[in-house]
Amino acid sequence: MANMQMNKTPMPEQEPNVRNANFKEVALGYTLEQAVNEAKRCLQCKNPACVGGCPVGIPIPQFLAKVAEEDIAGAYEILSNANALPAISGRVCPQENQCEGKCIRGIKGEPVSIGRVERFVADWAAEHGIANVATAPKNGHKVAVVGSGPAGLTCAGELARMGYDVTVFEAFHTAGGVLSYGIPEFRLPKAIVAREVANLEKMGVDIQLNMVIGKILTITDLFDMGYESVFIGSGAGLPMFMKIPGEALIGVYSANEYLTRINLMKAYREDAATPILRNKKVAVVGGGNVAMDAARCAKRLGAEVHIIYRRSEAELPARKEEVHHAKEEGIIFDLLTNPVCIKGDETNHVSAITCVKMELGEPDASGRRSPVVVEGSDFDIEVDAVIMALGTQANQMSYNGTPGLEKTRKGCVAADEKGITSVPGIFAGGDAATGAATVILAMGAGKSAAKSIDEYIKSK
Amino acid sequence: MHQTYEIVVKKTLTPEISLISVSAPLVAAKAKAGQFIILRVDEDGERIPLTISNADPEKGLVTVVFQKIGATTMALDQLQQGERLHDFVGPLGQATEVENLGRVAVLGGGLGCAIALPVAKALTEAGNTVDLIGGFKTKDIVILEDEMKNACTDLHICTDDGSYGFNGFVTGKLEELIASGVKFDHVFAIGPLMMMKFACKLTEKYGIPTTVSMNPVMIDGTGMCGGCRLTVDGEVKFACVDGPDFDGHKVDFDEVIARNATYRDFETRAKEKHACRLGGGAMNG
Repeated sequence: MANMQMNKTPMPEQEPNVRNANFKEVALGYTLEQAVNEAKRCLQCKNPACVGGCPVGIPIPQFLAKVAEEDIAGAYEILSNANALPAISGRVCPQENQCEGKCIRGIKGEPVSIGRVERFVADWAAEHGIANVATAPKNGHKVAVVGSGPAGLTCAGELARMGYDVTVFEAFHTAGGVLSYGIPEFRLPKAIVAREVANLEKMGVDIQLNMVIGKILTITDLFDMGYESVFIGSGAGLPMFMKIPGEALIGVYSANEYLTRINLMKAYREDAATPILRNKKVAVVGGGNVAMDAARCAKRLGAEVHIIYRRSEAELPARKEEVHHAKEEGIIFDLLTNPVCIKGDETNHVSAITCVKMELGEPDASGRRSPVVVEGSDFDIEVDAVIMALGTQANQMSYNGTPGLEKTRKGCVAADEKGITSVPGIFAGGDAATGAATVILAMGAGKSAAKSIDEYIKSK
Repeated sequence: MHQTYEIVVKKTLTPEISLISVSAPLVAAKAKAGQFIILRVDEDGERIPLTISNADPEKGLVTVVFQKIGATTMALDQLQQGERLHDFVGPLGQATEVENLGRVAVLGGGLGCAIALPVAKALTEAGNTVDLIGGFKTKDIVILEDEMKNACTDLHICTDDGSYGFNGFVTGKLEELIASGVKFDHVFAIGPLMMMKFACKLTEKYGIPTTVSMNPVMIDGTGMCGGCRLTVDGEVKFACVDGPDFDGHKVDFDEVIARNATYRDFETRAKEKHACRLGGGAMNG
């Protein structure tokens, strides 16, 4: 009989006023008892809607049933067979729009907290030294993966499991892509990313760092070197700016730069070699998850932080949980507000951001009500730093100039949902194909592409 | 597994400037004049961009020349022949466009001479008549003189204090050549921002197209951070992917000069801290 408790079993987390001054993980994870209690809330539906909501198709009721039976090793096996990076997706997936959004328990109460149980199972396995690194015997076929973010790592893991000889090429000195440079330590500890990467290496995946594909080797070179197929998972890394006056002032950062300095280069540590400005009052422009991450980092570095977003709270693209956490930590939301220029002092440091008030008009192409400027509403917010978190666009460096490779209007690699591109043997997925999206969609794309690559090589 | 990169050759050119040749065969095979690399000295190190001074595909070596200006370059200078760099990434950026332009002047300022060298060499090989004008503060710190001599048609060394060669700045020498009737089809200016700014002011006056090599603060070198953005002809460009070469008459130098000071306080502190660890000796010289 299922546990009919209406609400999710709460997960312990650091107190907001404690955590907003440290970079340790916010959510502390379930205990065994809490995980079992939560797993028992699953009704074990015959036709589970949750699975349909999962981009990597985890057999959710099955792994939850194992947890309910306290067979965590069994749960891990089911989970890790379907999902190469469960400790990561358990932490950063927007479950409310995916598996949990479809959960039948969510109609009358709260859905089963699938993400929290997933995280528990993955962490439990790691603590007990269990890793699902079994692979099929080597089949002698070589595949190259460009980029070691969620798409690339997932694709590499799936292919290694099938017996392929996989080499992953990463431009940075650390694997993980956005998991390493973008998502902060307090949401996704880097030790966990390193652990998942180490598991792939145990499966025989060769991860080559400091390899900027498109520069040191082209995709054509990779084929010449004997790779039979190439997966492009190089992300969508080019930051956007607003093109307003003052964006060249000292103290204006792209969210990418700000987060990379903090997360990848550890600039938050006192002894770090890489500098970051320690600001007093920071404006973060944008309302997505990246904006929340940047804001919460700035807060932890001691600043008063304002999120400046041109629409209202209902339109914030960030996960509700991130907005909630940000508010708890004392981030100030200046909604229906849009910057028009950034002002600097005589030393070219940011001194203020000039904004206008907005009001919501008719719905635009995205279905959201479009913001309209309230005339004459200009006002200044005194700040000493501005972080632009406006989204990113395609970085074509890895694939530009590849003969025959078609691109989308926005410069991404044109690929279908199976990762198939205009060139036989070249596959693509994740942000490199879709533009900026989520970690789990990239993982799903990496998984589908691995299947397509397997079919392609077998059919040759 | 994490590969590291051996320093095969290390030379001290002046008390402030050193040269290293690093074993990186794949980088050496692709590197072209004007491109740069990013390196990290150790596992917790900062990523610093350095423009490639020479690439030897046969030996698999990439040479960079650096000046001890901050904590990272000081730590880098501690490494000796046979020791290894933790990270070495490249070749990054666009190569300098090398074609037969006719008569060209290549201006190198101090350390910039190490970068001007491969550009001059490539231009000479492309059939240009190349005047290489290398500027230094004083005679004692002239670097790579023989190499530069071999890379151009005429080498003009300038010193700010007149202790060697032309007495004055590279722009002074360039103007002297122009005044003497030399018609330059193109000028390449590589060195400190102030030098490039004033070189551009001069060439603009004479209507000579001018290419400059920009090396602002950056992290990844692949267009991801946007830290190296600069304004060229009113548009935002990223030095790491769109450059490092730009039309010098269109670069907003004052903006770049201001942005380059972003971490000056941090650099000064780090340098002092590092000097303390070395017993203070590194600050002298």
